[in-house]
Amino acid sequence: MAISSLLNALPGAVSQGLIWGIMAIGVWITFRILSISDLTVDGSFATGGATCIMMMVTGHNVWVSLIVAILAGAAAGLATGLLHTFMGIPAILSGILTQIALWSVNLKIMGKANQSINVDKYSLLVSMRFLKNANPLKNPLFVVAIFIIVLIALLYWFFGREIGASIRATGCNEAMARAQGINTNFNKVFGLMLANGLVALSGALLAQYQGFADINMGRGAIVIGLAAVVIGEALFERIFKNFALRMLGVALGSIIYYLVLQFIMWLGVDTDLLKLFSAILVAVFLAVPYWKGKYFAKPVKAGGNGNA
Amino acid sequence: MLDVKNIYKTFNPGTVNEKTALRNVSLQLSDGDFVTVIGGNGAGKSTLLNAVAGSFIVDEGQILIDGIDVTKTPEYQRAKYLGRVFQDPHNGTAATMEIQENLALAKRRGEKRTLRVGITKQETEEYRELLKTLDLGLEDRMTAKVGLLSGGQRQAVTLLMATLKKPKILLLDEHTAALDPKTAAKVLETTDMLVGKDNLTTIMITHNMRDAIKHGNRLIMMNEGRIILDIRGEEKMKLTVADLLQKFEEVSGQEFANDQALLS
Repeated sequence: MAISSLLNALPGAVSQGLIWGIMAIGVWITFRILSISDLTVDGSFATGGATCIMMMVTGHNVWVSLIVAILAGAAAGLATGLLHTFMGIPAILSGILTQIALWSVNLKIMGKANQSINVDKYSLLVSMRFLKNANPLKNPLFVVAIFIIVLIALLYWFFGREIGASIRATGCNEAMARAQGINTNFNKVFGLMLANGLVALSGALLAQYQGFADINMGRGAIVIGLAAVVIGEALFERIFKNFALRMLGVALGSIIYYLVLQFIMWLGVDTDLLKLFSAILVAVFLAVPYWKGKYFAKPVKAGGNGNA
Repeated sequence: MLDVKNIYKTFNPGTVNEKTALRNVSLQLSDGDFVTVIGGNGAGKSTLLNAVAGSFIVDEGQILIDGIDVTKTPEYQRAKYLGRVFQDPHNGTAATMEIQENLALAKRRGEKRTLRVGITKQETEEYRELLKTLDLGLEDRMTAKVGLLSGGQRQAVTLLMATLKKPKILLLDEHTAALDPKTAAKVLETTDMLVGKDNLTTIMITHNMRDAIKHGNRLIMMNEGRIILDIRGEEKMKLTVADLLQKFEEVSGQEFANDQALLS
């Protein structure tokens, strides 16, 4: 348990946190903006990874591959959105159905459960191999941070537009949104497509980073995403009020999640238990606002003030 | 302006909860009519309003707004013609969005939403002036989240939103029922001001007979899914609560069963 081994692992943990941070922003959009718990992400994350790797090994440019991966994720979001709005299935179940269906789709995309990509043969955008690269511009920490900043800027811009504002209204109050002439069903589908596009992008980057796409790579992604959201909100809620900063808070939440994870692994905790800890963490953080309202609401002072 | 022709609506047909909420209801409103609607619980008042708004599609009959058949038009498309204020102050506004953002959403009712900026500088000034007319000091809190406002303030903002883009018909569904009497009176005052300003065609449901008599130029009473009284003009001006109760008993053959309406 040398401290140096922990320090050596930190850059890797931060870059993983950054990559998953993109997914967490996607989860934040559905969970906080649309008020939908979208379980599609467990599948669409792997779809993004699988699509990107298969595109690249069949000779496509890395940027083209990323865009196709994003579109594949958006298609998954479209499926969930239509199941929910057009077929009237509850959102959470719609996501589960898509997620299960994507398992088969992802296997068919890759042809098997796992596809690797050789960093020496293909020009990857991010790879853990570049962590100790002499060129800082190729360092995944730098590359993914730029990705996140650009994405937050784009999303901030978008949600300030007429369409973006109408999506926020849809998630906040559907009756009100419809009374203002907003097509809430369209907005929900669009929001799910946008979110799952981001999730797929995150999966595509992670697959490059680790050098392979795997059918299981998205398992539990929703919990990691929610963990990032709740950690980010708990730590930065008071200082990050601005819409863009709130997204940044979620990305930072993801980094902190991976740092804590790394620390726990360094302590030598059985890694089989990690998912259990993650689930407990998310459950507790989601319960805190509820408990606050229920058990810690300030009681009304009896007797009024002295001048009454 | 509004032409409702023989509409019917039954909820949960074929089940034990089957409820016929509207039976052969017809209602014509002329431009500038301000109709108040009263009736006991379950009389079909809100159902009639929701039928016009498109919250559901009626089983039979036809609804025309300004000559346009909207019978099958979905709610969000019908919103183009309608301003709405709901009974629950939480329903009319987006709590997590700013006051000015809510107004900006309402300003774009019935228009195509694009990638133009959600709220322009020029609009902000316009909203500041409009909020001043409410006399609630909200013009200084335009970037506050609506969730921070009181019920009365939220209803006043919702009223402003409903009339911001002149609606062909303004639908008010017991919009003062959830407020304390003083706030309710203030919101009604605001209602009269906004309706009067543009001479809006208005339907206002209320549980308060006095308010129903005092406001508007026409009064209808509903019972068991039917319109049983339709009083207008001179006759309405002379109405008293006692008259209304008597007429209700005459027409329906039962006593008016809504304590709230009688005691207020």
